[in-house]
Parts: sequence; structure tokens; C-alpha cells
Amino acid sequence: MIRFEGVTFRYPSNDLLRLDGVSFEIEEGELCLVIGPTGSGKSTLLGSVNNLVPRFTGGTRTGRIVIDDRDTTMLHTRELATTVGYVGQDPLAGFVTDNVEEELAYSMEQLGFPEAEMRRRVEETLDLLGIADLRRRALRTLSGGQQQRVAIGSVLASSPKVLVLDEPTSALDPIAAEEVLALISRLVRDLGTTVLLAEHRMERVIEFADSVLLVSPDGSVAHGPVRDVLATAPIRPPLVELGISQGWEPLPLTIREGRRLAAPQRRTWAEHPPTLPRPFAPGSVTLTARGIVVKYPSVVAVRGVDLDLHRGQVTALMGRNGCGKSSLMWAIQGAGNKSAGRVESAGQVSLVPQTASDLLYLASVEAECAAGDAVAGAAAGTTMALLRTLVPTIDADAHPRDLSEGQKIAVVLAVELVGNPDVVLLDEPTRGLDYAAKAVLGETIQRMADDGRAVLIATHDVEMAARVCSRVVVMAEGEIVSDGPARDVLASSQLLATQVAKVANPVPLLTVEEYDRASR
Amino acid sequence: MIKRYFLPRPLHPFAWWGFALAIAVAASTTTNPLFLLGTIAVVTLVTLARRGDNPWAKGYKLYLLLGLFVVAFRVAFRVVFGGGDGPTVLFTLPEIPLPDFVRGIRLLGPVSLESLLYGLYDGLRLATMIICVGAANSLANPKRLLAALPSALYELGTILIVSFSVFPQLGESFLRVMRVRKLRRRQSTMADGGGRKTRRERLGVVETIIIPVLSDALERSIALAASMEVRGYGRSGVATGRERLTSTAAGLGGVMLLAVWSYFLLARPGIGPSVLGVNLLEAALLVGGVAAVVAALRMAGRHVRRTRYRRDRWGVAETLTVACGLVMALIVHYLRVIGDPTALNPSITPLVWPTLTFPLLAALVVAALPAFITPPPSLTAGRPTMEGVS
Repeated sequence: MIRFEGVTFRYPSNDLLRLDGVSFEIEEGELCLVIGPTGSGKSTLLGSVNNLVPRFTGGTRTGRIVIDDRDTTMLHTRELATTVGYVGQDPLAGFVTDNVEEELAYSMEQLGFPEAEMRRRVEETLDLLGIADLRRRALRTLSGGQQQRVAIGSVLASSPKVLVLDEPTSALDPIAAEEVLALISRLVRDLGTTVLLAEHRMERVIEFADSVLLVSPDGSVAHGPVRDVLATAPIRPPLVELGISQGWEPLPLTIREGRRLAAPQRRTWAEHPPTLPRPFAPGSVTLTARGIVVKYPSVVAVRGVDLDLHRGQVTALMGRNGCGKSSLMWAIQGAGNKSAGRVESAGQVSLVPQTASDLLYLASVEAECAAGDAVAGAAAGTTMALLRTLVPTIDADAHPRDLSEGQKIAVVLAVELVGNPDVVLLDEPTRGLDYAAKAVLGETIQRMADDGRAVLIATHDVEMAARVCSRVVVMAEGEIVSDGPARDVLASSQLLATQVAKVANPVPLLTVEEYDRASR
Repeated sequence: MIKRYFLPRPLHPFAWWGFALAIAVAASTTTNPLFLLGTIAVVTLVTLARRGDNPWAKGYKLYLLLGLFVVAFRVAFRVVFGGGDGPTVLFTLPEIPLPDFVRGIRLLGPVSLESLLYGLYDGLRLATMIICVGAANSLANPKRLLAALPSALYELGTILIVSFSVFPQLGESFLRVMRVRKLRRRQSTMADGGGRKTRRERLGVVETIIIPVLSDALERSIALAASMEVRGYGRSGVATGRERLTSTAAGLGGVMLLAVWSYFLLARPGIGPSVLGVNLLEAALLVGGVAAVVAALRMAGRHVRRTRYRRDRWGVAETLTVACGLVMALIVHYLRVIGDPTALNPSITPLVWPTLTFPLLAALVVAALPAFITPPPSLTAGRPTMEGVS
């Protein structure tokens, strides 16, 4: 269905080959999961399928691409609209019309479908995606998951032969992401469309995938059956990680397979319970918040929350979107709206907001760092040195907007840390980061805590919380519903349990390392 | 049959515009305040009964307020500058003497009832016309109006819709950047005790607000362009250079003919021979101009192989609606030409109480009919939406 023959690509600005002699073939009806570290050329590869790369991005591409036995190498993207459906990361940015029905019909209007045909297909698509009740709604009023479903529907309506999805859930919270991924897996089963999917929440789709395409930073790719490629891939879900370290054959892809393989181990543990890591001993209280209320004209975001943060402890703040996590953080920091309550803190409180790039508006990383020095009154070069400890490879002359998400957060963190705050608040720092970038961020956070700072992270990422945080606070409807050591909260929960915790249940082990140590 | 006719559906936007414009034309030829007030009441009734629930529909109140403002302004103008004075002086304000070279203009001074009434009648007429346009705007969704335009004007609709979605997004990024900026400022003042201005503060508005907001907007527009391209925008409608030249020439020629026509109509009426009361020169210019424009649109539209989803159809209800407006306009026209002109323009000097004659009353009743004889609009809200239930 899709055949790449020796495709090579590089941007005009540098000599680095993003794709280097890539050849592979994807069969009809195949769901191919595209994985690779951030910045490895996943998006370049996906964009090449419908020639958005290089027609839209610039750059030089050589080699041949054949889709459905047609050489598409030189075609315009718009000529491929009936063959390839393409869905990007942010659904709202790609909407052309303003209500659901018209958005679904837009593509067909452009392609000149007859009116009756168009009407029938819109109705079918509405049902297929389960959004018939939203048909007249304005797109802006939909939730993120609904928006992404409409975006997928709008390309499906003209029934393309190939569906390309470039990280369709990276801008969504986990519940919305679940909604979208469930839809994709259903479409693959029901319609048999050929799908190319880049997704960093790999564990959710891995069981449906027929093959994995691993894109390496040097521009080479490896294409093959899921288990073969994952066994050597640098990024893999915790469950696969566990399977490799335990030497399980075949590698488990679902929790069910994992539990079956772990059954003998669990029986051993039932007789000889393993020794769990020592619970974390928090330091003294460094920030006290009492009776925080945040009220907006139409909603109460935070309803009287009491929270203590301890020196050297990393706390995760979890809960669904809109439960008041961000509002609480902004209120604690002091820059946000606060209707009632008081915050007592000995030192400075720093907040890294969700869109870290908004804080970066100077022309280069170096200029940002110099500005950071000036604000904190530190000696010149202090911020830069701090940044180098966080990300040693960063290019000081790069424009902040060109950095990867992880690097942006690092720059903002360095500028904040130079002021030597006692408390650091991070609002969803793991958004859009892959496993490797998360690991680096985790180390950074751990180092901040080791320096005696209190750290509070708002996150949806259970694995991150399990690895880095010793305490978890869960919010719902503006109130704290549970607050305790990470092991108690995460292992006992249905929704918040990590993959390893689900495999090891009822033994409360959260991460692969803990499982390995306990099984030895 | 009747049941099917009255099933909720939006009426063709041209029908509402036709109706509202006919009423506006009728209102433009009369100064009878009772009739004008009646017209406003009838238009309001139709609007409230048949408008949808899109954001434009809610704008009707603004047009009413604008009308009120126009009337108040006209009356106040008369109080300040006078004009059209009559014998019935209500009160006298101290007059402000003006130098000789502005003779003919008077500031304050005696205020007569006649003068005020002239202002009131005139303002009311203008307000009625404004309110008619407002009613058309709330009754017919402007987006659907654009969708009903010839396909050669399609790009215009795309531009409008895209810009409508861009402005709220700009607002959102602006708010976000402002909030983050507050975070920075707070920190920097805390860091050096709130005294000396830091570099971050000196950076000013351009760097800290405008650059992030604009780079956001730029990124969004690139994403939008890519999305449109991916979905086949601009795929059809490739005309040869010569065809494009012909259609552009025809369009420009048509617009020029219409410009000359409007000049003759407004500035030099009555030039050239006339047959049966129709000026031949004016008629020729009008017909020629319209024909050229229509031909240009046809030519440009021929290559567009785009289709339209759920095009509004012209049905019986649409014809009836336009007919109601036209009947009202015809009655008023008849009164003006053949009937009793005093009913349309009641005399102010000598002062006569305006009356609502039977033909005028009938015209109002006919104009109110669309509130009852058209199908109701289909509303989107009102019933609860069940999210996530499929």
C-alpha cells in the first residue's frame, strides 16, 4: 500500500539528514506504529506520505514513494487528498469551518462530491465516530477529545485509503486520549484502513499494531513485527521493559499477558512477601496553604484546599482536566487569582506554566540566560552554567522557539532556579515529552529535591509520578480527594495504577526497578 | 402537508434579506411616525419569532439600541442647531452668538415643537431602515448567506470564516501571555525588593506581549494552511490565463457601467429619452452592468468543481416571505403615487396629528405574516447535549 524506496530528506538550513535512505513497505490494512525519540524525524516521515514534506516545509527529498501502486513522489498534497487522510497534533489549529457538520463536509466540498453523496457520508461518519449528538455544535465548545474525533472524522468522510496520524493525542489529557485511541483501534478493525500512527502513549495502541516502524535520530528506520522491533528499541513502554528485564518470552504487550507471565512470581511473593523500599522521610514544612479558594465568574475552581509542601519532597498533583490543578498552583504562587485563603512560605515560589514557551521571548537561549542572571542579581553566566547541568547539549545561540519541548522547559527551569526558590511548581511539564526526555526531566526534578527544595508537579503521567514523586495528591472538582505516599495512592487505584503495579497487584510495586529488586 | 411545511428549518437567507429590504424601502418613503413605529414593532415581532440561536441572531438588540441613538441624536441636533422652525415655541435657550462668517448656523436659541418633530420623524425613518437591516442580519445567518453566493465568490466566505475563528484565538493567546507576564513581573520585583527596574520590565510591551502573540498566530495560520491543503483546498478550479482575463475584464466593465448608472441616477436624473416613464439611458446602463457582472461570475464559477453541503433551498415559504415584504412596499408605493400622500407624510406646519389609514394598517398586517406563516428555525441549543454517549 505504502512503499518508500530510498527516501532521503534534509532541511535547507543544515546538513543533517532527517531521513537517510529509508525503504520500507506497509501492506494494505496494516496498522503501523511509528516510534522514535523526539526530534528523530517521525513527523518528517509521516509528512512525506502525502508530500507535506517537502512541499510545505521546504527541504530536499530524494527517492521514490509509491502509494496504492501509484508513484506519488511529485504530486501536490491536495492531489493526494482522496488517497491520504492526515490528522495533526492540535485539532483546533486545523479546523477550517466552525461547526461539526460543516467540518466533516469540508473535504468533500473541496473534492466536488455530489450533494446527496456528501449528505449520506456525513451521516455515516457522525455515527461511525459516535458524535451524532454534537452535529450542530460549534467546534470551539467541544472538549479536546471530541475535537480530535471530529478532526479524524473530517478526513475519514472522504474515505481515504491511508490514514496518517501524527501524535493525535499529544495535546489531550489521558481520558480524551483514551477516547481517541479507542476510536482509532475500532476504525482499524471495522474499516480495514491502512494506518500510520505516531503515538507516545505506545502502551495504549501496541496491542492493535501489526508492525512498528522505529525512526532513529540518525535518519535510519527499522520496520518489523511489534515484538522484534521493541526488543531493541531505545523507547518502550514499562511493561515491555519489565518483560525484557525478566526475560519473559514472548514479550508481553498487554496487562493480561503480563499478569499471566508474572503469575509464578506473584505466588512466590504470596508466601514470602518482598521487602518494599523504605518510605520517604520528608523534611520540614516549607510552604503552608490554608483554605485556598479560587472562584471564576461561572465556576469555583478550587474549594478551600489545605496543602503543606515539605523540604526535599516531590509531590504529584493529579486529577482530570479542569479539576483545579492549575488554578491551585497559580494561587499558591501568588500571580493567579485567589478569592480566599492564605499562603505562608519562607522563600521564593517559582512556577513553570503549562506553555513554557510563553516565558521565552528573547532571540536566543543565551539572551534568556543573561536576562535570568540580571533578574536574580547573580554573576553573569550563572544561569547558563545551571542550564548546562540540566541539558549539556543545548545550543546557546538557538532561538527558544526552535527548541524541543523538553529543552524549553529546561531553559525556563534554569531561569527560575537561578533565583534559588524554596518551592518549585511545575504545571504539566511532561506534556509532549517522550520516554527519554521524561527520564532527563525526572533526574532534574530529583536533583532539585535533593538540594532541599519542595517540588509540586501537576501531571497526568502516572509512570512519571511513580518514578519521581514520593507523595501523590489527587484533586476532583476543586477539592483534594486523596493525599498520601505515592505507593499507597498509585498502587491501590484502578485508574492511576502504573503498568507494573497492575502486573504485580496485590504487591504494591510501581516501577520496573522496584519489581526487579523485589524479584531477585 | 401543512405539518411538513411547518417542520423547523432555516429559511433561505436571500428570503429574509428580500423581505427586510422591501420593508426598508417602504419605510424610506414615509415619515408617518405611527406607521414607522408600527413597522419597527412588526419587524421585531418577526425577528423574535423566527431568528435562530447563532451568535449573529443575538445582535438584534444592538440594532434597536442604534436606532434609539439615531432618533435621540437627531432630536438633540435640532435642539442645538435649530432648523425647520415653526410658530410653536416650546422654550427658549440662551443663544450663543457666532461670528458672521458662519451665518445660517445658530447655536441654541428658541426651540420649536415643529423643529423637534422634524428631527423625530426623520430620525425615526432612518432608525427603521437600520433596524430592518439588523433584522435581516439576525434572521439570516451571514455565513449561510455567503454560502448561497455564486461559487466565484467562495473565497470571500472562506476568508470571513477563517478570520472569525482567528480572532477568539488571538484573544486567548493574549490573555495567556498577559497572565504569564504577570508571573514574571512579580518574580522580578520580588528578586530585587521591588526597587530598581529590571531588564525584564524594561523590555516593554513589544517583546513581552506582541511577539509571543504574533508568533502564536503565525504558527496557527501555517497549521491552518497545511490543514486546508491536506484536505484538497484549491484542487479544482484551474482556469487558463485567457479565461481569467476575460472574466476579470467583464467584471470590471460591469462594475464601471453600474457606477456610471448610479451617477446618472443620483446626480443627473432625467438625461436622455424616456419611454413610459422609464429613462432609456439609465435602464440600458443598469441592464448592461448587471449582465456583465453576472457573465463574469458565471465564467469564473464554471471551473470551480466544488460542491456545497446542505445548500439552502428556495421553497414556498421563501416566496411567501418575500411576497409579504413586496406587498407592503407596493401598498406604500401606491399611496405615494396615486393615493393619499398626506397619510405617508403628515404635515408638521400646520401641525396635524398623524393617522394610520386603513391601507397602512393592512400593509403592517401583511408584513407581520412571516412571523406565523414560515416554518420555525431549527435551534441547536435548548435540548441537552449528551456528551460521550453514542
